[in-house]
Amino acid sequence: MTVNDTKTPGTDPAPRGQGQSTTRLGDRVFSNLSKGSGIALLVIMAAIAVFLAIRAVVAIRANEGNFLTTFAWDANGDPPHFGIAVLLFGTVVSSVIAMVIAVPVAVGIALFLSHYAPRRLATPIGYLVDLLAAVPSIIYGLWGALYLVPRLTGTYDWLDDVLGWTGVFAYDGSPARSLMTVGILLAVMILPIITSVTREVFQQTPKAHQEAALALGATRWEVIRVTVLPFGRSGVISASMLGLGRALGETMAVATVLSPSFLINASVLESGGGTFAQNIASQFKEAGSMGRDALIASGLVLFLLTLLVNGAARLIIARRKEYSGANA
Amino acid sequence: MAKRIDVSGLTAYYGAHKAIEDITMHVEPGAVTAFIGPSGCGKSTFLRTLNRMHEVTPGGRVEGRVLLDNEDLYGPGVDPVSVRRTIGMVFQRPNPFPTMSIYDNVAAGIRLNGGARRKSEMDELVERNLRGANLWNEVKDRLARPGSGLSGGQQQRLCIARATAVAPDVLLMDEPCSALDPVSTLAIEDLIDKLKSEYTIVIVTHNMQQAARVSDRTAFFNLAAIGQPGKLIEIDDTQQIFSNPSVQATEDYISGRFG
Amino acid sequence: MSQTSHTTVKSAPAAADVRPKTLRPPRLPRWSLAALLLGSAAVGVAAGLLGGLESRAQWGLIAALVFVVARFALTSAVEGRRQAVDRLAATLVWASFVLAMLPLASLLWETVSRGGPGVDWYFLTHSMNGVLSWQDGGGIYHALLGTVQQVALASVLAIPVGLLTAVYLVEYGRGRLAKAITFFVDVMTGIPSIVAGLFVLSLWIMMLDLGYSGFAGALALSILMMPIVVRSTEEMLKLVPGELREASLALGIPKWRTILKVVLPTAIGGITTGVMLALARIAGETAPIILLVFGNNMINANVFEGAQSSLPLYVYEQWAYGTEAAYDRAWAAALVLIALVMILNLVARGIARWKAPKTGR
Repeated sequence: MTVNDTKTPGTDPAPRGQGQSTTRLGDRVFSNLSKGSGIALLVIMAAIAVFLAIRAVVAIRANEGNFLTTFAWDANGDPPHFGIAVLLFGTVVSSVIAMVIAVPVAVGIALFLSHYAPRRLATPIGYLVDLLAAVPSIIYGLWGALYLVPRLTGTYDWLDDVLGWTGVFAYDGSPARSLMTVGILLAVMILPIITSVTREVFQQTPKAHQEAALALGATRWEVIRVTVLPFGRSGVISASMLGLGRALGETMAVATVLSPSFLINASVLESGGGTFAQNIASQFKEAGSMGRDALIASGLVLFLLTLLVNGAARLIIARRKEYSGANA
Repeated sequence: MAKRIDVSGLTAYYGAHKAIEDITMHVEPGAVTAFIGPSGCGKSTFLRTLNRMHEVTPGGRVEGRVLLDNEDLYGPGVDPVSVRRTIGMVFQRPNPFPTMSIYDNVAAGIRLNGGARRKSEMDELVERNLRGANLWNEVKDRLARPGSGLSGGQQQRLCIARATAVAPDVLLMDEPCSALDPVSTLAIEDLIDKLKSEYTIVIVTHNMQQAARVSDRTAFFNLAAIGQPGKLIEIDDTQQIFSNPSVQATEDYISGRFG
Repeated sequence: MSQTSHTTVKSAPAAADVRPKTLRPPRLPRWSLAALLLGSAAVGVAAGLLGGLESRAQWGLIAALVFVVARFALTSAVEGRRQAVDRLAATLVWASFVLAMLPLASLLWETVSRGGPGVDWYFLTHSMNGVLSWQDGGGIYHALLGTVQQVALASVLAIPVGLLTAVYLVEYGRGRLAKAITFFVDVMTGIPSIVAGLFVLSLWIMMLDLGYSGFAGALALSILMMPIVVRSTEEMLKLVPGELREASLALGIPKWRTILKVVLPTAIGGITTGVMLALARIAGETAPIILLVFGNNMINANVFEGAQSSLPLYVYEQWAYGTEAAYDRAWAAALVLIALVMILNLVARGIARWKAPKTGR
């Protein structure tokens, strides 16, 4: 296209009014190229769904067990026998634990950065939070497995003493390679992303509204309660869902920390269970052809799950933009 | 209710920049005082020092004294939150809380300050203040609707109702009509005239006709040059200022020779 | 109503009940905060010693709890409930900040202190060829090489597509197609890396039967990289002022040259920053590498054929061996990986600061 270009712009002095209709070759090539790239992205998204679905159908057809309810993963067996019940349970439970821990703390840090921290501190700390989002997950995994796990047994013992009677927090003293530990680690990992999105929304709270509250004699917390939190609510929700999406699909930190099993343990403090991503990473090397298809089938479920969560988060953000745009 | 304000030697800064310098004046109780002057002369900044809103701006700081009936607002141990509860403020752009209904906007300050526990009591206060702001008849059928759905002028009157609901001693208004059309402006001016029996009112305005119409006393601010701090040139009865000011610069400004 | 409240005195509730009685409400003295901090720390230590609690974390927890409760009660008694709630909120906000910094500081500290001793020239320049899991020695050369090759290849694939897509969205995109692309780019940023790995696995390895290679890994990494590049480039292009484009178009320069010669160069700083952040992100990806590159203890310089290793995968493998020597290598490699990612990040931010859009305001 460079060749075409050298001919055209130099020689003709651009009939400006008709510039749009007499599209030059260079323009056409370039605009189609960029449009093609955009379409390529859509095609990739579609291809991911299609190719995963193709393998998943193969696996689910051959499956002797029920794909949704079977508590086992014997995909290499003859006949193959596997189901995602335990994985779904473990994925959801560990992510929910992560959210319960991370969201309030992230909102706290976001408020700290937007309304509490001295200005000189806020910028470098915000910067630090962004850097921490960049730490590779395998390093969180390594830290979780070698540092965090041995240090949680004491706390779990104590939780067992206080809340053991519920069954959910029963603890047998074994190494803390449980869904709870995974949840805690995931919480640490998704904290930066939730914080940075939430902080941005909080900082956008119109000054006019905050000053209105101040002029009524509101304390700092009351200003936040009356103006910042209502304004940022949808932002917090979508940030949390972005974090949830990360937690659902996290592989390495779970694979290193969790001691998996294909049973559902009522206690979140004791080892056992599994997540989609962890199961794929741990089973992959031993998987035969059917085993791989089965793992891909479970991957498809994970894909749809994260698609749903992320899509919802983005829709909330988009709706919020329209809403605040109309109001501004 | 209405209280007197005595300012002496007041200087305000934004970081290292001196916005206004050495202002001394009295604001009479139960009257309307207008601040006029060219853009950047610090009249809004000065207004915001009167209820300690200036220090909310990063880097904002104040020297000097502001006495509210002989109590120094900047004295040791004075709580800025209490000051703002005593001296209400209405802003340039109407800013009702967007997530609240009309009713809740008026009730917001009362709730924050722990007044009117019973529903009937609150209903009464809301109605009284909306009537006081000449807004009741227009909104009484849609109290539960969001305040942001009102017109600009109605929103501004809602903000006035919100400010009066906590029964302040002084009402500061920072160019309350500059974002409004002439009809709404007139409605606000009527309202100011009515409110001055109960409150000490200070209004910053760009519009000299407005100052002449609504105020009892007028203060003229000016600055020597861009980047220089704003100063109080003179303050006098409005009639005096507009008919026979004692400083040449005031006359030049009023007659439209600059600003 | 204009006759003021006198007429309605009977029914009017005393509006004065919200009026502060004084501008100087009672306040706790300044030293009370320090005293409270010290006092609750003392209580924490005492409770820990007397109760025989081993974990220092529990001591800290008790002290923190005592502090929060005591501060609330004291403020409530002296200054009133509103102040107490305000203080409580401030305490919790500060606490959440401290709480979040603890694990992150610990993570960095552990990596540096445990990994530091293992990182030397030998470690950086040797592979794991012939080193058994329990033996000391060995290095990450093969993994570093793999990471660099895979990330470079992934960028070659992802950057042009990402840039052009962003150009389309900002300069050409209208209507439904652009909306769909914007939405799916957003959703694509949320695809778990392992799913991207599975996709390439099913297409490249299982369907086309092309075998494990660094290239297969690069394919998956590029899928993860594309949406990040699109997003950041889009943001930057939107910052380029429209007058610049108009000025160029008015000179009769065709649109595509305007974009290439005026728009992109203006935004180049921000775009570079976005690309480097994306690089940092994919350099740390492990999951797709496990599925597609497979892992290799020896040096394989051919990214298009045969199993390779990569830095994050190396960390995972060494961790999985579970021997002391392997743990040491895992930490050392983790340190190198973190350093790599942080350098990319810092350089990216440096560029962003230097080349901050000179568009003024």
